[in-house]
Amino acid sequence: MKHLLDTHDLSIDDIVKIFDVTDRMAEVNRRQVPKVPALKGKTIATVFFEDSTRTRLSFETAAKRLSAEVMTFLASSSSVNKGESLRDTIETLSAMGVDAFVVRHKSSGVPAQLTQWTNASVINAGDGWHQHPTQGLLDAYTISREFNQRESLKGRTIAIVGDIKHSRVARSDIDLFTRLGAKVVIVAPPTLLPSHVETWPVEVRHTIDDVIDNVDVLYLLRMQLERMQAAAIPQLSDYTKSYALTPERAAALQSHAIVMHPGPMNRGVEITVDPADVPGSRILAQVTNGVSIRMAVLFTLLGGDSVLVGGES
Amino acid sequence: MTDSGVVVLGADDVSRAISRIAHEIIERNPVLDSLVIVGMQTGGTWIAQKLCDLVNERQNSVEVPLGAIDISMYRDDYSLRPVVLSAPSDIPCDLTKRTVVLVDDVLFTGRTVRAALEALNDYGRPQAVQLAVMVDRGHRELPIRPDYVGKNLPTHASDEVTVGPDGITVKVAAE
Repeated sequence: MKHLLDTHDLSIDDIVKIFDVTDRMAEVNRRQVPKVPALKGKTIATVFFEDSTRTRLSFETAAKRLSAEVMTFLASSSSVNKGESLRDTIETLSAMGVDAFVVRHKSSGVPAQLTQWTNASVINAGDGWHQHPTQGLLDAYTISREFNQRESLKGRTIAIVGDIKHSRVARSDIDLFTRLGAKVVIVAPPTLLPSHVETWPVEVRHTIDDVIDNVDVLYLLRMQLERMQAAAIPQLSDYTKSYALTPERAAALQSHAIVMHPGPMNRGVEITVDPADVPGSRILAQVTNGVSIRMAVLFTLLGGDSVLVGGES
Repeated sequence: MTDSGVVVLGADDVSRAISRIAHEIIERNPVLDSLVIVGMQTGGTWIAQKLCDLVNERQNSVEVPLGAIDISMYRDDYSLRPVVLSAPSDIPCDLTKRTVVLVDDVLFTGRTVRAALEALNDYGRPQAVQLAVMVDRGHRELPIRPDYVGKNLPTHASDEVTVGPDGITVKVAAE
């Protein structure tokens, strides 16, 4: 594996191997000194044309814990403002010696395009509405380890609630969750459903109350406030009424059910209960697992021709 | 001689060698309460387990803890050979001021031991590290020597040495 652009490129076997490597990385992260020399001498450039502090910091933390050098390129404070083209930017950074680019861009397909301009590995850190593969992996990993199902999510029902249409997280999650055997229900107002949703391997519901008491995982998406202007939903308060996790709905969850969110949360919009008061909240565990997943991805792409052997953990 | 190689030590010999090493560990470490026995994943872990059981059987002052260390993320030869991630590390305590007995099946170039020494340091700064191996087959590439040896076994660099509870075999590489 050279690049990570799209979850669809990963076989089930690849996913299970990445999860096994992630277990080792999680062990590293629990140590007194959470750092190993695995990628010493490698240089990883984070190239973000769209703001995302948490994803960028998660990748940079992952790279540093593997002893790689980190280069940070933020479009907002760079020569992009002087009119440099994307291609020139990538070729310039490549010429400095980069082993992997971690790329975020508002347009779908940019990470795939970059692979034409560099010999380095390219990792998609979110492109438009298309894909956010490491988020999908960390979400699937979090659920897999929560329910002690190392190789599949069979038998689990996962509801994804919110703006499915504009969500790259939902696209990556739905692909991984369904291929790992989970049943996925998406819950959204008709205006926030993607076109051709009937071709997706999911069930569709229009209110969270239809699913709240029978899911194993309740996955809340961030309600992007800018969609309001696009008139996709008439009023935020209407959204909250039918789609938010309220204290009453939190109480209706099954006792083993977990609540997830990719962050950052809009408190009072998609979640009106304090997650600290929801015993099943795994929102911070997702952040912790995110670092381990990104370490596993970087190590898998850059650690040589990896033959990964699952241990008896 | 068979396809699977020459048996140089049988199961009884291996068992006796482990027993002798356990005695030597007790002899060399009169105070056992700072001792930790750590096997290298995956070849050294079963030997470490046996050593730990024997050391704990033969003294009742303290329970000597057992650990395991995975060095796959510390290797210096990623570009030379595939990375094999074995079972994860499991270090039961802070190693600071402890005496660690590091256990592996075969001592060859010494590079695995070098990586393990670096890995151990990430769990604290041991007072001392001692090295126990079932077979020392020579061909060192680094200044590393064992403290406890089951069997010194002169080999060619291309030979394959296999160590298990059933015995030790040497397979000569095909000409």
